[in-house]
Amino acid sequence: MNQPITPASTPQLNLPASGLTALRPVDAWHLAPWIIALAFYFLVPPGFHTLGTNVLVMILFTLSLDLALGFAGIITLGHAAFFGVGAYAAGVMVSKLTPDPIMGLLLATALAGVLGALTGMLILHTQGVAMFMLTLAIASIFYEVANQWRSVTGGDDGLTVPRPAALLAYFGFEGFRFDFAGKTAYLYALSVLFVWFLIAWRIVKSPFGRSLDGIRQNPRRMRAIGTPVWWRLVAMYGISCAMAGSAGALQAHAIRLVGLKSLELELSGIVAVMLVLGGERRLYGAFLGAAFYVLVHDWAAAINPFYWMFVVGALLVAVVLFLDGGLMGLLDRIAALFGRKKSGEEQASGDAK
Amino acid sequence: MLIFTILLDGIAYGMVLFIISVGLTVTMGLMRVVNLAHGAFAMLGGYLASVMIRHYGIPYVPAAFLAAIACGALGGVAELTIYRPLYRKGELAQVLLTFGLIFISIAAMTLIFGPRPIDESMPKWLEGLVDVGFRTYPTYRLFLIGVGAALALALWFIIERSLFGARLRAAVDDPGMARAVGINVNLLFTLTFVGGCALAGFGGAIGAGILPIDPFYALRYLVLFLVVVVIGGLGSFRGSLAAALAVGIIETAGKYLVPQLGSFLLWIIVFGLLLWRPNGLLPAKTAS
Repeated sequence: MNQPITPASTPQLNLPASGLTALRPVDAWHLAPWIIALAFYFLVPPGFHTLGTNVLVMILFTLSLDLALGFAGIITLGHAAFFGVGAYAAGVMVSKLTPDPIMGLLLATALAGVLGALTGMLILHTQGVAMFMLTLAIASIFYEVANQWRSVTGGDDGLTVPRPAALLAYFGFEGFRFDFAGKTAYLYALSVLFVWFLIAWRIVKSPFGRSLDGIRQNPRRMRAIGTPVWWRLVAMYGISCAMAGSAGALQAHAIRLVGLKSLELELSGIVAVMLVLGGERRLYGAFLGAAFYVLVHDWAAAINPFYWMFVVGALLVAVVLFLDGGLMGLLDRIAALFGRKKSGEEQASGDAK
Repeated sequence: MLIFTILLDGIAYGMVLFIISVGLTVTMGLMRVVNLAHGAFAMLGGYLASVMIRHYGIPYVPAAFLAAIACGALGGVAELTIYRPLYRKGELAQVLLTFGLIFISIAAMTLIFGPRPIDESMPKWLEGLVDVGFRTYPTYRLFLIGVGAALALALWFIIERSLFGARLRAAVDDPGMARAVGINVNLLFTLTFVGGCALAGFGGAIGAGILPIDPFYALRYLVLFLVVVVIGGLGSFRGSLAAALAVGIIETAGKYLVPQLGSFLLWIIVFGLLLWRPNGLLPAKTAS
């Protein structure tokens, strides 16, 4: 990178230190994604809300990968395993346990988180290629289980999920029924995403999150200064898997069809694509990457699905070779052109050691 | 007799995996590049051989060799243009870029050859059964076992007995020191990359009867190739042979004995093995 390094720019996250409560004018853009999301709800014609929900679900999934892969540096090619667990768990629960979506969401999230933490305990002792092969193996094991356990998952026919109860039915409020246009589902997904975003923000700003930043860059040194490296990684991985499970559960409730595709290697790859496209370790990168991917995919795949695969492949190659920091990095550079220096710039490239 | 069927089928399957994966183990062992797109070269080999056999009437074995040469040449170009900038980047960048190459290969093959798997183009002399003393056995699988064994022997000779092999082993063990004593590691790597891609193309061409060629080939079998390489130990030639045969036999045994489990058995074993020996069964010596 040939950008001038200003002395004031420490490798900090590109987030305000004081949280949402004290927005300076410069930070008003933090509201932009949520304003756009709400505007989308009110402005688009009926029929497009399901697409919007899809975007929100994928943003949440990508955000979960950003925690594990971006911040903690856990290279995983099996994150779809936990998305799938959440989706199947939520789907099965609607028909077999309780139609209440929030209960289902919480249980599916907890299940994915526990499974993530347990498998994390095993695999996070290893490093590099062995570790990402282990994540692949776990995803393949989950896939085979879902494929063979037909009585619960429906095997390769997939699982059709009944319509969940109204959103807040548990509290006696029947106003938010899941409608055909998917408007309730959209608001539901947006609320869950918002809650998870606040949690993710809090985590990456906390000492815990900072210690993971250090672990990613130099685990040995972190161990030397007394950080319980393995426990920290397990905790972050568990949280990330829980979040992925939430995304899966949202999809099960909103789309009401869960298939083996939600456990496939392809999905694990695609979510990594979305993350890198948007920019890792930026939180908002997940928003940009997933929205870009899902919307352009929706448009291009309608023309020719294989044409789209070519576009994705070429995009990946181009981003890796030429665009460090993804779309967020690109925005930074454009902003820098207009003289508005942002503090997160060195973040994208500053940990290449 | 079931045990012989499992063993022979498993070895034939394992030999195909070995021929395709052996190039990958050198790539990942020597330059530490995670090359997920390796299977794309095997797929290309399968397509090219099939086209040559059908449309140009070239016999089976020469077609496989020509396909191998074409894949090797393409591999060389890819190494010089796409892979070389990757060596300095992290594992994540390598994983993503090569995953992108898989997508491109899927799109390109669908565009050119259509989405459906191509029919096997096996010659007459490979069809049918041959008497192996106590029973009959498909000629094609025996052919695979024979070719695989011959290639393994040839590779063993090249790697363990030739000057080129000595340099290669030195570079895998300690690239820095190999450079210091005057070995041109970059050239060595380009050459082995070409060789590995050629072998993958060859394996894809002759193994089409076991791993059918379709546009999603590189994605579908990617994990199998990686398993062979990682279980065997990165950069370990003996390891990848052992791992390929083991994977072949375990998968085949699973299909015959507990078909309801699918690939579950293999994955449980892979998972356990990787936890037990993260560096593979027969790891190459590395200085790090």
